[in-house]
Amino acid sequence: MTYFRGVWCIMEKLEPAKDRLLKSKKNWLDGEIRGRILVILCAVIMISATISITIFLGSKGLQSFIKNGVSLIEFITSTHWNPTNLAKPEYGALPFIFGSFAVTLLSALVAAPLGIGGAIFMTEIAPSWGRKILQPVIELLVGIPSVVYGFIGLTILVPFIREHVGGLGFSLLSGTIVLSIMILPTVTTIATDAMSSLPKNLREGSYALGATRWQTIRKVLIPAALPTLLTAIVLGMARAFGEALAVQMVIGNVRDLPTSLLDASATLTTIITLNMGHTTYGSVENNTLWSMGLILLIMSFAFILLIRYLSSRRKM
Amino acid sequence: MKSYKKIGLALTLAALMVLVAACGGGASTDKNEGLSNKDSKNAELSGSLTVSGSSAMQPLVAAAAEEFMAENPNVDVQVNAGGSGTGLSQVAEGSVQIGNSDVFAEEKEGIPADQLVDHKVAVVGMTAAVNPKVGIKEIKKADLIKVFTGKITNWKELGGADQKIVLVNRPDSSGTRAVFNKFALDGATPAEGITEDSSNTVKKIINETDGAVGYLAFSYFTDDSVTPLAIDGVEPTEENVQSGHFPIWAYQHSYTKGEATDLAKAFLDYLMSDDIQNTLLKEQGYLPVTKMKVERDAEGNQKDL
Repeated sequence: MTYFRGVWCIMEKLEPAKDRLLKSKKNWLDGEIRGRILVILCAVIMISATISITIFLGSKGLQSFIKNGVSLIEFITSTHWNPTNLAKPEYGALPFIFGSFAVTLLSALVAAPLGIGGAIFMTEIAPSWGRKILQPVIELLVGIPSVVYGFIGLTILVPFIREHVGGLGFSLLSGTIVLSIMILPTVTTIATDAMSSLPKNLREGSYALGATRWQTIRKVLIPAALPTLLTAIVLGMARAFGEALAVQMVIGNVRDLPTSLLDASATLTTIITLNMGHTTYGSVENNTLWSMGLILLIMSFAFILLIRYLSSRRKM
Repeated sequence: MKSYKKIGLALTLAALMVLVAACGGGASTDKNEGLSNKDSKNAELSGSLTVSGSSAMQPLVAAAAEEFMAENPNVDVQVNAGGSGTGLSQVAEGSVQIGNSDVFAEEKEGIPADQLVDHKVAVVGMTAAVNPKVGIKEIKKADLIKVFTGKITNWKELGGADQKIVLVNRPDSSGTRAVFNKFALDGATPAEGITEDSSNTVKKIINETDGAVGYLAFSYFTDDSVTPLAIDGVEPTEENVQSGHFPIWAYQHSYTKGEATDLAKAFLDYLMSDDIQNTLLKEQGYLPVTKMKVERDAEGNQKDL
């Protein structure tokens, strides 16, 4: 340090006064270090939060298998869930795992074409006015809290399905519809980014070869943007998989495997939210809920891996 | 520009610090007051009390807490709702002074029930409720069990309308479900049905769905939207619960870890006072525990008082 300071003094003397009036380099260096520490701190906090949540959830979630002796095979393959039966408790979470995957995949099936269609409309068909209308609409959809989606579903969708489609109204179908609307903004936003970031010369080249606009979209633009479009869908699915409140209000929370779209069902998240408050810490019931949480975490890791894989394909 | 930003940042930070300091400071003074409170029992009540637990009891206890705080201006009572399991767990680990539960602590796994002291503050009666279009007003207990276990699937078998029976259950771990299973279904496990946690949602579903049957506390039978059922000819009324003729009722418990002391004791005494038992409880749809002519233990054995 003293060496630097020495050099500094000499330099200072050589410099004209005008330059010396500028902020000294020392302060700039201080700011640099401060900024660096600040940013590193942020990163460390985020990383440690994630790691500690994973460790905590892992240790909590495994307790039902290690401490309470619940069979892992039973947990993920049995369809009988009856943890409060003291004589013969059963811990088969398959109906909930199935329910989670069913609503996730079905809502992705609905939201993907809609979202990508909307994205193409915004970027290719009507880039000026289409975007002006659709963009705020999508932002508004993001802003609506999930409990409101659930409430609307419970008040409007469930009676509608009961009267016009059949069944009780509380069904996989209701859950799917509510979730589709909820994940639509995610899919649309990322798909729009994907489409608009495609280089212009792709379109121009295609037009030059005599392709129509639709041919260009279908044969050139969609294939080029496909990996990002898939990422959009997977991100939407990740959100659908984790959604609890809105789904709980419309799906009926039945512990049986659904046999049709109109059957009531349950998901991992809805069972957790329904039972969390009633169970005591450390009991088997409570621990099995943590195990379900662990499954949710593992699935979200799987979704992230899938997204990583898709993005790595895009670079090639 | 840059200096403005810096000032802004500094101000924000300062505001944050003040906020943090205020919160932290508040908490620590509360603790001190709580401690000093132990020394002077006869002095005016002060300090803070945290209550947690059963979401069904939350409105009642919160309303009582409000009146308690109005009478004792130096007291701060916080009533959280997190569910009976949360309440029992938190009072057992000492993070709250009072834990509310709609079941006996003995019935919950993993709770050191011997360390907790039970204060029965209210009684809640409940009964099966059906959609009005079903057209029945009473049911035999044996038939009720058959309805809930799925052995009877159409109301016409019980002299009602030709409608498929739709069950509306509570979550496995819910206290309401435990009470209903024990005293209405004699311990039978109900068949699968729609499961909802909130009584208001259950009421809404029963009202909207043809053939629906569920169970609700008496306080939800305020209009004609659902029909409460008499069981074995006994009407679900306050008097019948108090005399022990109507079987489906449960205590609302407030647990303390060890004997209640100071503020917690004062608050629990307040809950048991005639003032609260005879007026506020009724307003909230509960039955006063002081007027019960029977009592029950954790195993469900009933005896006359």
